Amino acid sequence: MLKKKKWGYTLASLVSVVTVLAAWYICINVLHLKAETVFPGPITVAKTFFQKLYTKAPDGATLLVHLASSLKVALLGYALGVVFGVPVGIMMAWNKWVDRFVRPLFDLIRPVPGLAWIPMFILLFGIGIMPKAAVIFLSTAVACIVNCYTGIRQTRQEHLWVGDVFGASDAQKLFRIAIPTALPMIFTGLRVAMGAAWMALVAAELLAASEGLGYMIQQGRYSSKPALVFVGMLMIGLVGLAMDVVLHWLEKKVAKGMNAE
Amino acid sequence: MEQERKMKAGIECINAGKVFVTPEGEHEVVRNLSFATKENEFLVLFGPGQCGKTTIINMIAGFEDVTSGRILADGKKVEKPEPSRGVVFQNIALFPWMTTMGNVEYGLKIRGVKKEQRRAEAQKYIDLVGLSGFENSFPVQLSGGMKQRVGIARAYCNEPEVMLMDEPFGALDAQTRYLMQEELQRIWSAEKRTVIFVTNNIEEALYLADRIIVLTNCPATIKKEYVIDLPRPRNLVSEEFLALRREITGILDSSQED
Repeated sequence: MLKKKKWGYTLASLVSVVTVLAAWYICINVLHLKAETVFPGPITVAKTFFQKLYTKAPDGATLLVHLASSLKVALLGYALGVVFGVPVGIMMAWNKWVDRFVRPLFDLIRPVPGLAWIPMFILLFGIGIMPKAAVIFLSTAVACIVNCYTGIRQTRQEHLWVGDVFGASDAQKLFRIAIPTALPMIFTGLRVAMGAAWMALVAAELLAASEGLGYMIQQGRYSSKPALVFVGMLMIGLVGLAMDVVLHWLEKKVAKGMNAE
Repeated sequence: MEQERKMKAGIECINAGKVFVTPEGEHEVVRNLSFATKENEFLVLFGPGQCGKTTIINMIAGFEDVTSGRILADGKKVEKPEPSRGVVFQNIALFPWMTTMGNVEYGLKIRGVKKEQRRAEAQKYIDLVGLSGFENSFPVQLSGGMKQRVGIARAYCNEPEVMLMDEPFGALDAQTRYLMQEELQRIWSAEKRTVIFVTNNIEEALYLADRIIVLTNCPATIKKEYVIDLPRPRNLVSEEFLALRREITGILDSSQED
């Protein structure tokens, strides 16, 4: 019975994807509402996708090379942002002194969108991997700090009392009580940050890059190959989805017993 | 010697009081509370309403300060929570990310007891509360009554001298509550400890207590004290039981009219 229902849900998701693809096909390839040179249909996009796996024209690299280039920058900036943001967020929530020390800077930086940093970073680092990694680092760190902070703040007073009764030290309460409490929120932070990092990267590549998915999209536009623009967007969507799935799976492994209380 | 030991081990409240200062003004929840526990005594603090009782437990545990008077544990002033005073919480407060075993052995782990030894010790109390076979279950997978069994085992496992229980069965349905009262009676008979047990349920109080201190509502202060020497396990419909029940309910009704 339950299994049947699960299949039904999967079917619903499939139907929505197929419907959009069909509507797209009908609008472009049957009704010809727009010329394919302006807005390509799904079949042209699929063809371009497979061609791009081995063709370097018009932007000088194959799809996987662009993807690798984007991932390299994204993961570098992301890793640095997590390594910095998670501990800072946790310590801000745990220790009032850290909170008061970091907060004014953080509140000032937080409203500045990642992209607004790009001109400054280009001036600082030139057009290479650095300005993009720096933007991603900032977006990631902000998302991690906000979510880790909120997560630690959800620690229940009684749980800390249990620690007190058993004579737990401050560090033991942090690592054995507060952080486990915050784990689901920390993972939410990691996922939000991953999304933010990926978005910031592609935007940065649109502005300043010589490689990467954003650059490929931009080149597709300049050389009047709209199908290439679509392929780039599709790839961005797929990779973002894949990363989210991986993090979600990891969360389930790590945060046991926390899915409901 | 015997006399001295009894004096030392246990909890003593001397004119203890608590006033919360809120933006709306001062709010007195406990007034002039004096009592002392005897060794291995099951002492019930029985009273109506919401305020006062939990605060008393929190002050004895060391979670909150007294604002007047003193509370002594083993003759020393209570300043912070200590392993010698175990607590069973009203809303149980298990760690949802730990299994039954993880929760029960937590205190021993903090104290640095070696894995094999603490596993054995925890297993003893898991068996005692009747949860054998659920060692690897997470709290989400347990019913309310089972969760509180874990809570009791966790408090016991650290071998406290005094157990503080704050309406531990308050969140359970009536049927489970009866069952847990019987279970607690059995557990306590097997592993005697000094217990301070808070409840607003008269039947629960009479079923479990060696002595009942009846409290008034807000501020909580001692109304009357009863020594209950009915044989255990108690018969809930015996003459004496019902008579006591009527009497205590009666003085509470009159106190609420004041």
